[in-house]
Amino acid sequence: MDLTTIWAFIIAFAVFAYVVMDGFDLGIGILFPTFDPGRERDRAMNSIAPVWDGNETWLVLGGGGLFAAFPLAYAVVLPATYPLIIAMLLGLVFRGVAFEYRWRDPNHRKFWDFAFTGGSLMAAMAQGMTLGALLQGVEVVDRAYAGSWFDWLTPYTLLCGLGVVAGYALLGSTWLIWKLDGEGQAHARGLALRSARATVVLMGAVSLYNVFLNAEYAERWLTAPEIYFAAPVPILTLLIAVSLIRAITRDRNSKPFWLSIALFFFGMAGLGVTMWPYVVPPDMTIWDAAAPERSQVFMLIGVAITMPLILAYTAWAYWVFRGKVGDEGYH
Amino acid sequence: MFEAFDALTLARIQFAFTVSFHFFFPAFSIGLASYLMVLEGLWLKTGKQLYLDLFKYWLKIFAIAFAMGVVSGIVMSYQFGTNWSVFSDVAGPVIGPLMAYEVLTAFFLEAGFLGVMLFGMNRVGKRLHFAATCMVALGTFVSAFWILSVNSWMQTPTGYEIAANGQYLPGESWWDIVFNPSFPYRLVHTVMAAYLTTAFVVGGVGAWHLLKDRANLHARKMFSMAMWMAAIVTPLQIFAGDLHGLNTLEHQPQKVMAMEGHYDSHPDGAPLILFGIPDSEAKTVRYAIEIPKASSLILKHDPDAPLAGLDTIPDDEEPPVGIVFWSFRIMVGIGFAMLGVGLWSLFARWRGKLYEWSWLHRAALVMAPSGFIAVLAGWITTEVGRQPYVIYGLLRTADAASPLDAPAVAASLLAFIVVYFTVFGIGVWYILRLMSHTPHVGELGVKRGDTGPIRTAGITPGPTQNPGNEEPLPDSKEDV
Ligand code: HDD
Ligand code: HEM
Ligand code: HEM
Repeated sequence: MDLTTIWAFIIAFAVFAYVVMDGFDLGIGILFPTFDPGRERDRAMNSIAPVWDGNETWLVLGGGGLFAAFPLAYAVVLPATYPLIIAMLLGLVFRGVAFEYRWRDPNHRKFWDFAFTGGSLMAAMAQGMTLGALLQGVEVVDRAYAGSWFDWLTPYTLLCGLGVVAGYALLGSTWLIWKLDGEGQAHARGLALRSARATVVLMGAVSLYNVFLNAEYAERWLTAPEIYFAAPVPILTLLIAVSLIRAITRDRNSKPFWLSIALFFFGMAGLGVTMWPYVVPPDMTIWDAAAPERSQVFMLIGVAITMPLILAYTAWAYWVFRGKVGDEGYH
Repeated sequence: MFEAFDALTLARIQFAFTVSFHFFFPAFSIGLASYLMVLEGLWLKTGKQLYLDLFKYWLKIFAIAFAMGVVSGIVMSYQFGTNWSVFSDVAGPVIGPLMAYEVLTAFFLEAGFLGVMLFGMNRVGKRLHFAATCMVALGTFVSAFWILSVNSWMQTPTGYEIAANGQYLPGESWWDIVFNPSFPYRLVHTVMAAYLTTAFVVGGVGAWHLLKDRANLHARKMFSMAMWMAAIVTPLQIFAGDLHGLNTLEHQPQKVMAMEGHYDSHPDGAPLILFGIPDSEAKTVRYAIEIPKASSLILKHDPDAPLAGLDTIPDDEEPPVGIVFWSFRIMVGIGFAMLGVGLWSLFARWRGKLYEWSWLHRAALVMAPSGFIAVLAGWITTEVGRQPYVIYGLLRTADAASPLDAPAVAASLLAFIVVYFTVFGIGVWYILRLMSHTPHVGELGVKRGDTGPIRTAGITPGPTQNPGNEEPLPDSKEDV
């Protein structure tokens, strides 16, 4: 495997880590209005307050890593999806400050709860649509984005946006099944069931759309010999979806959450099959966009040393706050 | 609203606006994280409740400032691509890895331990909690290290090669890139700036409470600690600033010409222009108040040394003189004002009147926001002074921008302005409100899970809500 491929996998890993970790934070934000303004909301918030910042950092690694390892892709995709990126960033601003502000200002707590939901929803939608905009192809001339500033807005990208919103809601609600008990947990179960169904339907719809979107994508999925590698992905995805729905109705702990992550994992794998080896479809491959070897090696050393440490202390931080969220909260 | 501007100007305004806002928060939280580390360390060492109270008092403020720093920072990490895509493409191979190192070694560290620092006091034991606080403080410093290396490389690029496709590629040694010529100066000067900014905020809050109640032990401790910082760090900062300027003279001479307002060359000793109004049309400083030969003395350590002026630079390479000239004077003026407060506090301390002299307290109160202004002015000097280049001498700002339509940039700029002023304005208001509470015995930490109003004043809660309350309470003035 060459360095550029390794870097493609590292970026994919960062994006995946971001999607599942901040995904459940954003999902809780999206579902927030369905919780009681009192204890239920406080507990839901408490279950993520100590970890959300670390979760969000994966987004910075995804963006920063892209900048460093595939500068040309970074330079093309961000102008191409400019309004979406700005919307995502502003959404994250509201969502992020709401964690602190709602406790500081009980008189306006309703407003900050609203900002929490609005920001989460906006960020999730924008992320999904950015993914869609990438998949539907970006026009590049002379190392620069050459389309117009509304190319990203199509029914397909809207569908992808909704898919991500539903998926995040699924992660958020299954996280809450794990973290809550009693009534809160029952409530989370109901939400999880609905978001699981929505996620599966939307994932299916996006996959079908993909096949019609681009002849090359269709070829990947539907002709031999590619089909032998590609076919297990949808099959396993379906199996997981079935056991996920069963677990949601029965399990009291972490199983639904892990199965949701598995669902996302296969979604990502499917995405990989679709896009590989392009970083900006339809024309720019990872090798076209790659930084020179010296940059890649220098960073790879950093990743090799720091990533095990990062994973270790992140795991420790989660461990410190393990278990059901109690009423006494954190201090 | 922005019809008059082209996409490039709008992108520049947007970048300057978002980065200036972002830097407000790190300037405070780099210093505050270290201050919290010191307070918690002192608490562990001495066992005095006073330090724990102060720790918790400032922790609540830190939590808000940090959250604002994080969300405005996320915006920054995407601004390079959204607004400066050509720059990102050509400079990515060199500065991208440095920014990736910042994420790996700093942002994860801060964010990973922040949760334990804010909410973990009851869950991990004192020593481990202190370790978490140290990691957060370390993270803020490492973050400054990398991002300032990036910025310094853009000011004084070294260690690169130019590829056929126009990209800048790393040369043989990363060392030459990371430790480029302006980086050590910029790092030292900026980190001390962050410490001073925090010291003056802490000192201002202490002074405010001393003005209301001179006997308040918490306020005394804060004020005293802050004044030590002011007295010790300000002279170092001025010294570092001077060295920084000499280094800039060597590597970016036209920036120094603009700072000094030297439109003309002075073959035998340049004057130091204290004040005046630079007029770029006429290429002269009007109403100048000057000290003859002093500029040569400062910059060359020789009153008669010749100094070149902007007349030696082609017009299209000149930075905007007025902005640089004024922002530099604001920073230096504040530096000397800080020095004044520091010396005054030493004198008061020597006379045993540190907590008595209310004029000193009033002065410290007025100076509370001065660090922020100095930091902003310093950055404006630095960044505007390197124009018209974004990578000094290599890539012009005008050639670095993204292919965006002006309305798109205008709309997003407007959105940033509205959102930042409201969201961060409200955050600053919450911080001020926390600061207005009198620090007291049995201070609560960052609190969660309580549906009632946050009680920060006047209530001594039970031990479950306030770990460490079992410690003996301070009862004598010797504590201070
Ligand atoms: C509390 C903040 C603070 C204070 C009191 C001072 N500075 Fe400063 N200065 C900064 C905070 C700062 C800064 C924000 O940290 C800058 C911007 C970029 C940088 O490297 O540091 C800066 C830049 C900066 C530069 C520009 C260097 C360049 O861009 O190449 C010079 C020459 C000085 N400073 C010199 C001084 C002097 C002579 C001071 C003494 C009175 C002084 N500064 C006080
Ligand atoms: C260390 C990280 C920083 C980097 C990498 C950086 C990078 C840049 C870049 C790329 C530009 C050129 C765009 C332009 O001309 O507008 C710029 C300009 C500018 N920056 Fe920075 N900057 C940094 C920190 C800061 C900080 C902390 C401040 C303020 C507090 C600041 C204030 C400005 C201003 C005011 C301009 C506008 C100059 C002009 O357009 O004339 N910068 N910076
Ligand atoms: C254009 C330049 C900059 C970019 C792209 C940038 C990026 C970021 C990002 C993404 C974060 C959030 C990290 C997290 O998720 O925890 C952040 C926070 C932070 N940044 Fe920046 N930053 C810039 C300029 C600066 C400068 C000039 C400094 C200091 C010298 C600085 C110091 C910090 C610190 C200490 C934090 C932690 C949060 C806080 O203390 O408020 N940054 N920055």
